[in-house]
This record gives sequence, C-alpha cells and structure tokens, in this order.
Amino acid sequence: MAIARKELGAYFRSPVGFIFLAVFYFFSGYFFFANNLFGMNANLGGVFGGLYTLLLFLIPILTMRLLSEERKSKTEQGLLTAPVSLTGMVLGKYLAAVAVFVIGLSVTLVYALLIATFTSPNWGLVFGNLIATLLLGMALISIGLFISALTENQVIAAVGSFGVGLFFLMVGALRAVFTGPLAAVVGAISFYERYFSFGLGIFRIADILFFVSVCAIFLFLTIRVFEKRRWS
Amino acid sequence: MIEVKGLTKRFGSKYALSDVSFNVAKGEILGFLGPNGAGKSTAMNIITGYLSSTEGTVKIGGHEILEAPLSAKAMLGYLPEHPPLYPDMTVKEYLCFVYALKKVKLDMREHITQCCEQARVDDVFHRRIKNLSKGYRQRVGLAGAMIGSPQVLVLDEPTAGLDPQQIIEMRGLIRSLGKERTILFSSHILSEVQAVCDRVLVLSSGVVVADGAPEKLSQSFGRSGKLIARIAGPKDRVGDLLAKLPGISGAECLGEKEKDAADWAIQAKEKADPRRELFAALSQKGWPLLGLKADEMSLEDVFLQLTQRAVDN
Repeated sequence: MAIARKELGAYFRSPVGFIFLAVFYFFSGYFFFANNLFGMNANLGGVFGGLYTLLLFLIPILTMRLLSEERKSKTEQGLLTAPVSLTGMVLGKYLAAVAVFVIGLSVTLVYALLIATFTSPNWGLVFGNLIATLLLGMALISIGLFISALTENQVIAAVGSFGVGLFFLMVGALRAVFTGPLAAVVGAISFYERYFSFGLGIFRIADILFFVSVCAIFLFLTIRVFEKRRWS
Repeated sequence: MIEVKGLTKRFGSKYALSDVSFNVAKGEILGFLGPNGAGKSTAMNIITGYLSSTEGTVKIGGHEILEAPLSAKAMLGYLPEHPPLYPDMTVKEYLCFVYALKKVKLDMREHITQCCEQARVDDVFHRRIKNLSKGYRQRVGLAGAMIGSPQVLVLDEPTAGLDPQQIIEMRGLIRSLGKERTILFSSHILSEVQAVCDRVLVLSSGVVVADGAPEKLSQSFGRSGKLIARIAGPKDRVGDLLAKLPGISGAECLGEKEKDAADWAIQAKEKADPRRELFAALSQKGWPLLGLKADEMSLEDVFLQLTQRAVDN
C-alpha cells in the first residue's frame, strides 16, 4: 500500500491530479447546469450521460504516467527489487488512480443533494448511475494502466488508452453493421448498453460482473507484461 | 550470504552471462570488475530479482530469489546504476516511501536519520531530489538502499559520477558498511576495487575470468621478474657491468631521469634475485644506487591480460 500512497501523493505533487479534478468538476458542473438547473430537470441522467464521453478523454490523463514514467526514469528497478509482489505493485498503482477518480466522481453526490433541496430525486436512479460511472471509470483505468505498462512514452500511453477506450465505448454501434456471431461478439464487449441500462434503473448482476471482469483481465495482463519483460 | 550457481542470461541469441558461479560469505566485500558491457549490471539485476536468469539459481541468505522473492528481497538493498529516485519528491519523502515500501519495522524517524547520516545526505534532507547534484543523488540512492538495514547490499558502480573527494568518502563508507554486512559492488576502476574489496571477481563478456583477493591476483600474474634501478654512473660502462652480472639476463636503459643518473630496466634470470650482487657490484665501482624497485604488474596489466586472454579463447 506504500505504492498506492506514494502514487496518490504523486498526483498532487504534480499538476496532473489537480488538472484532472478541475476539468472533471468544470464539465460535470456544466452538464449539471445545462441539464438540471437551466433545464429545470430533476433527473441527473444527463450529467452521467455526459460523463460517459468525458471519462474517455480524462482517464488516459490519469493513467498515462503510472507505469511508463517508472520505466523511463528507471525507478521501476527500485519497486521490482523491493519486497513487494508484482500484484501488489500493480494494484497499488491502480487503487491510487481509482481514488483520484472517486474524488472527482463524488461531486455528483453534491449535485444530487442540491436537487434534493428542491425536490426529491429518484435515489435509485442516482445510485444506479453512480455505480455505472464508477465501474466504467475503473474499467477504463485498468485499460489505461495496461497500456501504460507497454510503453515508456507517456504520449503513446495516453493516445493508446484513448484509442482502446474509444473502441470499447463505440463498438456497440457496429452491431447494426454485422450479422451473426460477429454481431454477438460486438454486443458482448460493448460498454454502451451496459452503462446506460444502469442509468435506466436496471440493475443486472451480469453488467456488474462484466465491468469487474474487464478490470480483472486488464490488471492480470498488466502483471503478465512485467513477468514477460523480466524473462525476456 | 549470496550463492550464485550456473547463472546464464541470454538476450535473444546473445549471451550476456554464461555459467557464472560464485559465493559471497557473510561480511565479505566482493568487487565485480569488468569493462563496460561485461555483464556486471545484468548479473546484479538477476541477483536482486529485477531480471530472471535463463538458467541457474540465485540464493540470498538461503532464499531462492525466484521461488521466495519476498523473503530474499527483504534481505537486499540495491543501488542500481541509475538510482531509482523520484525527482519530484524531497529526500525525506523519498526515504519515507522506501521505508514503507520495504515494510521496515525499525523506529522510522531514528532509522531514517541514521541512514542519512551514514550516507551524508542529512544536509539536503528537505530538498527536492531534482534540485540535487549527481553526487548527492547517488548518495540519496545509497541511503535508500540502506533503509531497513539489509544484510546484503548490492551496489552497481556506486562511485560513478562522483568527484574525487566524494569517491574517497564513498569508498570509506562502503568499507565501514562492509564490516557487518555482505556487499557486492561493481566497478570498472581497478584501483577502487583494490582499495575496497576483500575479493575480486573479474568478468569479461559474461564469463568469470578470475576470482581471488586483489593482492593475489596481481601476484599470480605479477611475477614479471623485472627490476627498475636508478644508477648514477656513466651510461655505457654501467650497461657493460650489468650485462656481465650472472643473475641478469638483460638490461635496458630507460633514459636519464636525474642529472647523471639513468633508469635501467633489469630482467632477472628465472628464480634469481640479483639485487644483492647488483648492489655489491655498483658499490665496488663507486656508482651510487639511487633507487631500486620491483616492477610488479599492476592490476591494470593483469586485467588487460585476463580480458585479452578471454577474447583470444
């Protein structure tokens, strides 16, 4: 957990953490203002709909330096020769990024409370959305972490995780193009429907498991990258 | 403390190390010596568990580095060639991080202060690492390696980039640390290894070409049987005299080094010690002997000879 703490500190020692939070607060605030305050709507769905796209751009900023910087500055040698398991190291990094993301996401609770002062929001919907966004963010962070392990260039890491994230977020649209098994595959890996079904108040264990599995797979792959590099 | 058996590392088709075996006893300072690219850093990276070997095993205090990595690494302090420092942290933050990373149980403040004093970084304790000079960074890295008082210290070229004063200090520090710890230390500077280590391991192109105490190494190769004498006397007549002495197989004038005195390189016959007869003969003639020393092979020559031999094989 020393790594998670160090990484969390690193986010706020450099401007990265602040920039992430500032941009996150600015745009979520804007969505809230436009949809709810200005549009006189008590449903936070619009805010979370906006966050779906926003996370695609913002998460790579959070993850790009996690492992690539360690490799470039050769500090990973210190981590890998310390009495810490690879899993512990990767999880520590992951948790730090998730923590910063949760700090950002928690602002939506403030919006919900603001609405609660005027009228009673649909709390089920709010929490459904909140969980969906949390799961989506965690999945994107695991993807970003994995790509950050592949390169020592932060720009490549950012663009790469943006590309892969975009693929998973948009691939659902291809379902109309394909037929047969390919369409089923596309539907199965698409984030879109799973994300928005939470927002409709549909709470499916399968969807939760899907996002958790995505995290697990990419974290596992990240560990494998380190294993492989050690042996090559 | 360190047992290395049959260590081989292949990068693609290139062998970085082939069949390297050695043991380091507790409290011993072993110097790794070799030209750049000899495999010193690779060997150290494998010993500390950063890389895996293609073949062979490494045991630290009885723990296999690949099978029980956590207990093996807990006994290690490693200072790689590039110290693993985070430039945005202050020295204090960095050492506290290393302390937490290694899960050290000692009293935190006291232990960190002690490491800082030993590595002489206490005066930059609150400064950011990116603002420190190379010498300080190297020593902060060393302080980091010393956190947790590991029994085994692996130092990869710890004196690289230091100024002469700091090099002397660093050597003193390594020697004092070596009193209670096992140290594996690499360098391509011979005099350094000679000054610091109990034992030297010479690596060349991934192969161990020599293993022994530094004095022993230069002795076993250093019997050149050559003497250098400074003799004050007429050059041609001295030459004639030297040629006539029975224990000498040849003499060569190295030129006039002082007024009226020349240096002579004298080759003794095998197993002969011509120093006494030389003195007697010269005093008889009334030519003072101003200096006489054995021309022992320096470790530099030994080193060149060894690595050259490895290349020839």
